[in-house]
Amino acid sequence: MARAVTQRRKTFNTALAWAVGLVIFFPILWTILTSFKTEGDAIAYPPKFLFFDWTLENYSIVQDRSDYMRYLWNSVIIAGGSTLLGIIVAVPAAWSMAFVPSKRTKDILMWMLSTKMLPAVGVLYPIYLMFIKLGLLDTRTGLVIVLMLINLPIIVWMLYTYFKEIPGEILEAARMDGATLREEILYILTPMAIPGIASTVLLNVILAWNEAFWTLNLTAAKAGPLTAFIASYSSPEGLFYAKLSAASTMAIAPILILGWFSQKQLVRGLTFGAVK
Amino acid sequence: MGRIVLDKVSKRFGDVEVIPPIDLVIEDGEFAVFVGPSGCGKSTLLRLIAGLEDVTSGQIRIDGNDATNLAPAQRRLAMVFQSYALYPHMTVRKNIAFPLRMAKLDKAEIDKRVANAAAVLNLTDYLDRRPGQLSGGQRQRVAIGRAIVREPAAFLFDEPLSNLDAALRVGMRLEISELHKRLATTMVYVTHDQVEAMTMADKIVVLRAGHIEQVGSPLELYRTPRNIFVAGFIGSPRMNFIEGAEAAKHGAHTIGIRPEHIAVSSEAGPWSGVVAVSEHLGSDTFFHIHDSGLAETLTVRADGEVGFRHGDRVYLTPRDDQFHRFDAKGLRIE
Repeated sequence: MARAVTQRRKTFNTALAWAVGLVIFFPILWTILTSFKTEGDAIAYPPKFLFFDWTLENYSIVQDRSDYMRYLWNSVIIAGGSTLLGIIVAVPAAWSMAFVPSKRTKDILMWMLSTKMLPAVGVLYPIYLMFIKLGLLDTRTGLVIVLMLINLPIIVWMLYTYFKEIPGEILEAARMDGATLREEILYILTPMAIPGIASTVLLNVILAWNEAFWTLNLTAAKAGPLTAFIASYSSPEGLFYAKLSAASTMAIAPILILGWFSQKQLVRGLTFGAVK
Repeated sequence: MGRIVLDKVSKRFGDVEVIPPIDLVIEDGEFAVFVGPSGCGKSTLLRLIAGLEDVTSGQIRIDGNDATNLAPAQRRLAMVFQSYALYPHMTVRKNIAFPLRMAKLDKAEIDKRVANAAAVLNLTDYLDRRPGQLSGGQRQRVAIGRAIVREPAAFLFDEPLSNLDAALRVGMRLEISELHKRLATTMVYVTHDQVEAMTMADKIVVLRAGHIEQVGSPLELYRTPRNIFVAGFIGSPRMNFIEGAEAAKHGAHTIGIRPEHIAVSSEAGPWSGVVAVSEHLGSDTFFHIHDSGLAETLTVRADGEVGFRHGDRVYLTPRDDQFHRFDAKGLRIE
């Protein structure tokens, strides 16, 4: 029997959902508001919510002081590149795990995921040294490689769960029809898995975009993405909240807009293929 | 041309021997049906022929050439799957054209062959639809279309009708039989349904636990089953088996008599019993008879007009020339 949902209950649930949503969104909202305040208003007590002198001053100062576009471009290349590379590596891996599993497949999947449980700082030193030796320090190539490796377990896991939903008989049919392994993956598996691949790409772009540990530690002036851009505003001279907020807002705006337009895919991605 | 020879072919999955070494010849143009209960290895055997599974030992020859280690596509076989296995993101046209595209045929030739196949299978009006927009029977036809455009040496069918409803199944059964007559290409067909096997096959291969129990034409299997398993599996309703004194009279450990070879009357007969259930099919009536003292239940097939009811005492007369005799091991005694 379907549970009867009364109007009152519905209203209550809606209000609750909005309240929870606002609590979660509040830090971002506050950052955006602060970015339009003067430094004085930003630290005023009691805090001013909407009634302050709105100004774009912070944005122009931030833009003058540092080249936003360069950071943005670095972010795009690093997030996009690492995701693309990750997908190229992960599709064949997930294919083999989903369609020709061995006794060890489950163990390998768990082992891959377990690397995510390692504190990143634990391997910072060796990776830093390797980057120096290989000349990858403060290069976009280096960051693309590192972020791809960091996110690879998640990409493989997600693709694996999506591929599992595709009936093996269809791939066997393709094999009977004369498709080579490459053609089978290109013409049959990939188009069928497009929704799953899209969610995976999206989630990983966001993860890579927001990644701050490696991007801050392995870059200096040249390859720094938007995370480095934000960080540059928390300086030893003290915090300039309004300018920091303006920088943050500019840094998260692209990904916020991307996320807004692809909510549906994103939810699917986050639920790891559990929701059809 | 499509003569398929299995020479001591066996298959193991780890420690489990699914198919013990098997010898089998399927002649060119023959309609061979693998039939058996689920888990008997019939699908595995088909997949070995298709090349979707590797044989553990033995040799598969297609038209005299060793195909044991060839990739599926190189064996010139086409397969129709139980789930149809259509490509959901492609239109019917593209589905049917896919094997030709993989074979790198030029576009004009592909279009011609697709149009031909569509005409043969009544799919012309559906060429631009996707599989999701088709009924079960139409999907099945697309799957067959995808198989015939390649003009393969042989067709392999893996329980192709089991996802269809009863009425459609009979229709598709006829269509496949017709197709076989027209193309005269070897077909290997797997089913657990003995009716499909009996109606379609030139040659039936009865399998149990990976072993071939008997190979023969449908009537051979019906008339002279080699053992109790085949006798019980082929024919519907199932053959009655009687042990003990009655069997000893015929010099056998077990005797078998088919339901259609027993006459039923209310007056007289050598056997008697009480009707437990009567199933009226219109054309026929099946009586399930208890308390005969011969077997727990005897099944009798009678005319649709015969109208005994639950609890009626009836007399049974088996046809003397229709007894099948089996020894203690279950093997046929000639």
